[in-house]
Amino acid sequence: MPDNTFDAIVVGSGISGGWAAKELCEKGLKVLLLERGRDLVHIKDYADSNKPSWDYSHRGGRTQKMIEEYPVLKRDYPLNERNLDYWAKDSECPYTEIKRFDWYRGYHVGGRSLMWGRQSYRWSEFDFEANAKDGIAIDWPIRYNDIKDWYTYVEKFAGIQGSVENLPQLPDSHFLPAMELNVVEKDVAARIKKYYDNKRTLIIGRTAHITAKIPGRELCQYRDMCWNGCPFGGYFSTQSSTLPAAVATNNLKLRPFSIVTEIIYDKDTQKAKGVKVLDAETNQTYEYYSKIVFLCASSFNSAWVLMNSATNIWPDGLGSSSGELGHNVMDHHFRVGADGDVEGFDDKYYFGYRPTGFYIPRFRNLFGEKRDYIRGFGYQGSASRQGWSREVAELNIGAELKDALSEPGPWRIGATAFGEMLPYHENRIFLDKSKKDKWGLPVLAMDIEIKDNEKKMRVDMMNDMKEMLEVSGIKNIKTNDNLYAPGMGIHEMGTARMGKDKKTSVLNAHNQVWDCKNVFVTDGACMVSASCVNPSLTYMAMTARAANFAVSELKKKNL
Amino acid sequence: MDRRELLKMIALATGSVMIGGEVFLTGCNNPDKVFGSGVFTEDDIAFLDEVAETILPKTNTPGAKEAKTGEFMRVMVNDCYTKEDQQVFHNGIGQLNEACKKKHGHDFMKADPAQRKELLITLDKEAKETTEKKKQFDKEQNEKEKEELAKGNKYDKKLMASHYFTMMKQLTLLGYFTSKEGKTGALRYIPVPGKYDGNLDYKKGDKAFAGLN
Repeated sequence: MPDNTFDAIVVGSGISGGWAAKELCEKGLKVLLLERGRDLVHIKDYADSNKPSWDYSHRGGRTQKMIEEYPVLKRDYPLNERNLDYWAKDSECPYTEIKRFDWYRGYHVGGRSLMWGRQSYRWSEFDFEANAKDGIAIDWPIRYNDIKDWYTYVEKFAGIQGSVENLPQLPDSHFLPAMELNVVEKDVAARIKKYYDNKRTLIIGRTAHITAKIPGRELCQYRDMCWNGCPFGGYFSTQSSTLPAAVATNNLKLRPFSIVTEIIYDKDTQKAKGVKVLDAETNQTYEYYSKIVFLCASSFNSAWVLMNSATNIWPDGLGSSSGELGHNVMDHHFRVGADGDVEGFDDKYYFGYRPTGFYIPRFRNLFGEKRDYIRGFGYQGSASRQGWSREVAELNIGAELKDALSEPGPWRIGATAFGEMLPYHENRIFLDKSKKDKWGLPVLAMDIEIKDNEKKMRVDMMNDMKEMLEVSGIKNIKTNDNLYAPGMGIHEMGTARMGKDKKTSVLNAHNQVWDCKNVFVTDGACMVSASCVNPSLTYMAMTARAANFAVSELKKKNL
Repeated sequence: MDRRELLKMIALATGSVMIGGEVFLTGCNNPDKVFGSGVFTEDDIAFLDEVAETILPKTNTPGAKEAKTGEFMRVMVNDCYTKEDQQVFHNGIGQLNEACKKKHGHDFMKADPAQRKELLITLDKEAKETTEKKKQFDKEQNEKEKEELAKGNKYDKKLMASHYFTMMKQLTLLGYFTSKEGKTGALRYIPVPGKYDGNLDYKKGDKAFAGLN
């Protein structure tokens, strides 16, 4: 094969792209993996993964200069001194906010798989049926049974720790041994279970950390420094997991600094021939050719690539014939919950820094219950003893203060709800050609908001947590709503949704673009609804499923 | 990311949110473009070291001076504070010294440890009162802004300045308990725990584990 021609091209090297590359390589395809940012080599390039706090001049905080340079990133926790290099620079990659939208991006090999929250949950049958039952948007073209085995397949490789619970709304994964709830969380779990007669549960947060050996990786060491990159490979990332597997096949070529500007569409064959790449370092353009293209550039950027492609045939881009490309944007709305003081456990503490908390699975609008909104939410939280930053009212200055703050403080417990956001056609992104990024490329404009259903849900999201803490004997409970702007969940979804009908969806049931069957989109763009659980595990399963389908179609010469 | 940890990081033992980091909470715009305008002299650093040492003195564990907290304050004020807050801090050095002269009849640097402690207890009380007033004032301003925004009007809100001693105490605590001396001396520092035990027995006097982040 000439050196610009491959069997498959994968655009993006995050969670979805890493999986696409691994699967296609292992099935014998020659794969070109394109990443718009720099290379970031496992362990070697995790510059700060063992750096103690005192070696940061601002101890991890943010400077006025950082605030100046990162007008978007500064809106939430991602702007900090610890892993600043892992976040895309606002100044290089601007976008237009018709309405406020916080876009947190990772432009480097591995993408956001390095900084993700690692919470990993299966979707349930309820989630796949939801749109059809509620009569909103469009129905999913698949059901839980279509993806169930693919969940198992990716879980075995990625490594997901969690506890078996047999909950219909939150199917169990193929688990590694569960991390432990601490003594206070266990007590609260038991009280909640009893009070709500088993209808509500508090379980360990399921995460992609390994608690049992997986080849090539070391067990999680309970440092909770994941977001610097883990030198043990203790959590799933492209670097720790899928990339080494793809490399081991000798079928992979990884090309960093490769911004895919469009998919080359051949109108005679009605298929994609390959992609155009702008080298982010040299600004030179290249073309690469392949039989299939997997678009895994993250929900918004995958839509951006489609919008820029085949515009001589479809002015709004490849896959736009339904009028849904860029529409139906979803995220998870959150930052609302409650916390309070725990009494009676002063003789208990914990050892190690557990990189997860507890999870309270969805309980609203299930099993016949009907609220004044549809869908539901889950909670993520933890109980812990306060640290030195707590207020010690009676102690002001001196040795007594130092001694007191050197001991763990009182226990506290709290949780934040993550709620499902509905797909609204009018919540959309589109190209803003009047604004250009560092490379002269048009940027995205965001016009997205939460509506009544989400706002009504937030009332329960706050009050239900308060009630669960009350019935658990927690004192001085305070509710909070720290306000949510779309994007803050960093779970963008829906911009190229799947569907049964090409008139109302961008992709079919196998993630193929209806208008161009050798292009597959398997990242968050494909989602038809949002569920309330963290989505990454579903992208993994969806990608592995689509890759398997693509290769079988290639073998049948259907592509 | 560990979003569940987010709120824990903010409140400091001064009862005030982290100064300079307020954007962390609100995401509000910061119009200041002048950074590092204030100049700290060696005398200032030595002065701040003594203030910090009074707040967290050496006992059987290291004190704040040993953790170079004065130098830490210089870096934080220059890099992380707004211009207005920098001014409050710089003025505060003089004000603290004046307060000492008034109370004890001589400079803070000439005061003995007992006099210093007595003075800072007074200032701490004063600072806490200011923090309470500021909370109320800022809350009203934020509500006013919300109201005006809802009406479609622009509202240029003014927030009350923090007390300089709140700043000094915050930076002392932050600087000390994230320093090598504080983390390994005053707290228990375990860089690679390797396991988790959620039911560890604790008896009063056992030190806290220093967070790794």
